[in-house]
Amino acid sequence: MLSRTASTLYWMSRYVERAENTARILDVAYRMSLLTKDPDLQDQEWFAPLNITGTLFPFSGRHAIVNCKEVLHFMALDTDNPSSIYNCAKQARENARAVRGTITSEMWEVLNATWLEMQNMDEDRLYARGISAFFEWVKERSHLFRGVTFGTIRRDEAFQFHRLGTYMERADNTARMLDVKYHVLLPSVEDVGGAVDYYQWSAVLRSVSAFEAYRKVYRDIITPLKVAELLVLRDDVPRSLHFCYQDIYEILKKVQNRYSLEATRQAGEIYASLQFGTIQNIFSAGLHEYLTDFLEASNTLGNEIHQAFFAPSLPAAA
Amino acid sequence: MAIKSLFNEMYEHGGAVRPHYGAFADWLHNTAPEKIKQNREAADLLFHRVGITFAVYGEATGTERLIPFDIVPHIIPAAQWDVVSRGLKQRVAALNAFLHDVYHEQAILRAGKVPADKVIENSQFRPEMIGIDVPGGIYAHIAGIDLVKDGDGEYYVLEDNLRTPSGVSYLLENRRMMMRLFPELFAAQRVRPVDHYPDLLLDTLRNAAPVGVDSPTIVLMTPGNFNSAYFEHAFLAQQMGIELVEGVDLFVQDDTVFMRTTQGPQKVDVIYRRIDDDFIDPEAFRADSMLGVPGLMRAYRAGRVSLANAVGTGVGDDKSMYPYVPAMIRFYLGEEPILKNVHTYMLDNKDDLAYVLEHLHELVVKEAQGSGGYGMLVGPTASKDERERYRQRILDAPERFIAQPTLSLSVCPTFVDKGLAPRHIDLRPYVLSGKSVNFVPGGLTRVALREGSLVVNSSQGGGVKDTWIVD
Repeated sequence: MLSRTASTLYWMSRYVERAENTARILDVAYRMSLLTKDPDLQDQEWFAPLNITGTLFPFSGRHAIVNCKEVLHFMALDTDNPSSIYNCAKQARENARAVRGTITSEMWEVLNATWLEMQNMDEDRLYARGISAFFEWVKERSHLFRGVTFGTIRRDEAFQFHRLGTYMERADNTARMLDVKYHVLLPSVEDVGGAVDYYQWSAVLRSVSAFEAYRKVYRDIITPLKVAELLVLRDDVPRSLHFCYQDIYEILKKVQNRYSLEATRQAGEIYASLQFGTIQNIFSAGLHEYLTDFLEASNTLGNEIHQAFFAPSLPAAA
Repeated sequence: MAIKSLFNEMYEHGGAVRPHYGAFADWLHNTAPEKIKQNREAADLLFHRVGITFAVYGEATGTERLIPFDIVPHIIPAAQWDVVSRGLKQRVAALNAFLHDVYHEQAILRAGKVPADKVIENSQFRPEMIGIDVPGGIYAHIAGIDLVKDGDGEYYVLEDNLRTPSGVSYLLENRRMMMRLFPELFAAQRVRPVDHYPDLLLDTLRNAAPVGVDSPTIVLMTPGNFNSAYFEHAFLAQQMGIELVEGVDLFVQDDTVFMRTTQGPQKVDVIYRRIDDDFIDPEAFRADSMLGVPGLMRAYRAGRVSLANAVGTGVGDDKSMYPYVPAMIRFYLGEEPILKNVHTYMLDNKDDLAYVLEHLHELVVKEAQGSGGYGMLVGPTASKDERERYRQRILDAPERFIAQPTLSLSVCPTFVDKGLAPRHIDLRPYVLSGKSVNFVPGGLTRVALREGSLVVNSSQGGGVKDTWIVD
């Protein structure tokens, strides 16, 4: 497969996944802000989405205050923010258009229709539709795309690079979300069991569709340690780091070439640490430190994947 | 100006149906108009869904439009087609011989049959190709020869396209659509099939491989997904099972072309390029080209990769070269041309120029290097104002223009808003040259949908029809 095609597929899925994650993050922030009556505290909630996506800096360069309206617009609709849901839908569609011969026509039709609808979205329409209803729509389109993909595409290299993009983006998102939320929530740990704390942590779980999983796995009150364990180390929760890396490692073994040994090794190393790690060890060394290291390793792996598959211009062996 | 009588493909002068349209006319008569209407709408929907669109230059970026498809086929009796096909073989053989000659011995120039300065000073003449031997001596592997029928019912060659002729995907899709919507029509008579075109093309490209390469890696090179013919590029690559590449996917090392794949660099032997000479290699031609591959010409000249079509074919299809094609046929093949040329006035000739300026209202004037129907003047339908402005352009640089009498172009019944009405058509057969010359019967029929219009180009409001060769 052409490197450009593989790269386009990989980015197509990253954009779809990013749109979904952004919708989840904003949805949680919105629900949390509704829990507090104090307007200042309400606005505080809107720092989290910016921190998680690492866009506080570009945001504050153009906006004086952080509040619901501004952040929502910036992250959902802003045509100048490359990571806005609007631009993710656009990029996903553009990438799909460039590889139309490789993906199935059903996959193309989902992304094309999503973009056509997104194109007509503005602030008035978003509020008229309802904020949560909009996020639901974004998630549904992503679910639909995933289902259509699984139901129609041949299990070839194209499928592998599509999945690779999805899991790389998802792992990155889960780690960031956990890091930021943990950091924000930490001061209130003495409050364990308090009502607000419960809502905060359950919101984190809901943002990755893991609330019900938590209940089933632990049958216990929600504690930060167990939330982190669920989202980092469990191998059966589809948004956990362990789950993502299990697939990333498997995919890299399947598509390996003579330039990708280092990428496979790095993925294997991360996978091993998730497979054999314990949450007690992670907490004693510091969750924040652990997640920072993880994000860095994940980023390095991303570059390595790029070098190995998307830009192989190395001389052919003579 | 006297209006010449029009040749109607379906009806004789008295109004009787021509014999080869008999079966179709019966069907038309016996099919409920509602069913035809339904099927016409179904065709539109299907073309949209499959995404058979083309981009239109000069409109907002990314504008994708559908080429209107008309369900009344252009039918040609087999006996007539057999004559045309012999004429096509002859013409393309002569053009390939001419291209080989001008880059080698230049015998035809020395014999004075074609003016040397018109060849050597032509911007499409590529000195880089002098003395280079291309596999099989074939330059124009894929040629699109535009034919029209004048009022006398005789075919004329309107122009030759030897660079990157497009449109063949419509030929294939039109047939697919007709068979899907009206299978009964194909049961009623024998229509020669066309769907093996991708096989013939692949075979032609295989034959073009550098000497000694047995199972060549072939790719189709596109300028990218904003090109007007991108759909066709993707379609043909998919049909042939070859990679669709852009310039960025290829690189040259040690005079060898490689494509970047997920399994590492892979050697490329034949490039079916749908990108003009000017843009293929920034080292050799336009340095600002972002579409090309640096070093491609080096690899090509070294014989390590084949290009289809070859570099430098533009000197053979330039409109200033067109009047000399009959002479080429006589010179290289010793035969009389089977297909007629349209009389052409060369405006760098004083007498021709004077005549043309006097008769602008009855002539068609074209830029010698233009294509796609852009920048031409159709004298009889242009306004006085348009003609005066064009006159000024001609006077500024007469050598850049040619003129031809306005052909009456045959008409074919076509569905328009108010029902069936005659519309002007032309025909572009695609001629493939490899070890042998091949083509699928017929070609792409283009139709000018506006009443009276003679411009059939899709960029100018033209539509398409299925073309049938019936035994």
